[in-house]
Amino acid sequence: MVEEPPAIELRGLARYFGERVALSGVSVRVRPGATLAVLGRNGAGKSTLLRILATLLRPHAGEVAVFGEALPRRGFAVRARLGLLAHEPLLYRELTGRENLEYHARLHGVALGRVQRVLEAVEMERRAEEPIRLLSRGMVQRLAVCRAVLHEPQLLLLDEPRANLDPVASELVEPLIGRESGRTRVLTSHDPRAALAEADLVLALKDGRAAFVGAPTELGDAKLRDLYA
Amino acid sequence: MRTALILLRKDLRLELRTMETVPAMILFALVTFVIFHFGLNRATIDGQLAAGVLTATLLFAAMLGINRLFVAEREQGGFDAFLLAPVDRSAMLLAKAAALFLFLAALEVIAVPAFGLFLLGPSLGPPLPGLIAVLALADLGLAVIGTLVSGIAVQTRARDLIGPMMGLPLLIPALIATARGAGPLLRTVHASSAPPGKWLAILALYDLVFALLAYAVFDFLLED
Repeated sequence: MVEEPPAIELRGLARYFGERVALSGVSVRVRPGATLAVLGRNGAGKSTLLRILATLLRPHAGEVAVFGEALPRRGFAVRARLGLLAHEPLLYRELTGRENLEYHARLHGVALGRVQRVLEAVEMERRAEEPIRLLSRGMVQRLAVCRAVLHEPQLLLLDEPRANLDPVASELVEPLIGRESGRTRVLTSHDPRAALAEADLVLALKDGRAAFVGAPTELGDAKLRDLYA
Repeated sequence: MRTALILLRKDLRLELRTMETVPAMILFALVTFVIFHFGLNRATIDGQLAAGVLTATLLFAAMLGINRLFVAEREQGGFDAFLLAPVDRSAMLLAKAAALFLFLAALEVIAVPAFGLFLLGPSLGPPLPGLIAVLALADLGLAVIGTLVSGIAVQTRARDLIGPMMGLPLLIPALIATARGAGPLLRTVHASSAPPGKWLAILALYDLVFALLAYAVFDFLLED
């Protein structure tokens, strides 16, 4: 029997911005369907890691593989299988929510019927006819969730996924981006306790280096405090 | 091609929604004609002078469109969204060049008749077919180089400066060929009915060379 490749495999990953080290020597292996929580203070390298996995940034050293495909060389093969929910919604302000999602559906070769289904899932079908610039941040975030999952990605890269969402909206997006979605997830959060509750594996970054890799239960309060000290 | 059409459709929809680019280009061209009218202190102009005024005005108006071509992609995450899709990245070059070409055509639909009305001595009717041929080739070059330059400039903080500083020198050959091609068409006496083939050929060659160059380097502009 052929062994299924890990969803994500990082070996000695490094990335620099000029002289500044954003990531250095980061290694981790995530099995398919698991959730990796990436923790760390602002500027620790969380977003950089997500952008490398999303094929938007090139690593400067080390190896990165997603579903067994080496990045950035095999980026094209990976893009259809991943969805990114970033700080920015990646939606055009002057287009309506529906126009934005239809644009993304066409880019990904997804049937337009899927747009209506994801809009209904987050209860945005009525407000979807308004330009993005007229919507509240929470509504825009709901549409950004729709965009990220429109093409049914197997890997979700979630950078503060519940930012701007009220508890009701947070519950609405749960089937799409939560554990029950069944997707492999990499998530960052400003609330480490909430991220730990969702995680199967934790990667704690400090100044771009892996300060801890292991199960959430192994990350004690002292280590967590030290991480954010 | 399918991806390029998706992007082009989105760009045209955004322009129709915001009306940020084409109206500004048209207004700029009309004001420039007025400035030339008073600056040259002549009721009408013809021949090479008319061709130069028309070409320079259209070129500077085009710079406004070139500067704004990628602004929505940069400021609203359009680059990232596009790069996340499993599509050929050259589609963005094709779509942006096509959008800029259409913006220039829309500009000229208003600006050329206005030029004929306010500044041009001879009637615009007889030289119009030849002028359309010259301007179409010029627009193609402007669209390709404009897209390339705009793609580079938008990655920098000083994009409003970088666009004209890089674009205008690169466009000088197109400016010369367009003006020299249009000049004989706009004479009051001994006007030519067709543009000189030599200048059309130079414009076509210029378009081809820069289209190939843009195709070769555009993917690298989208890399981090």
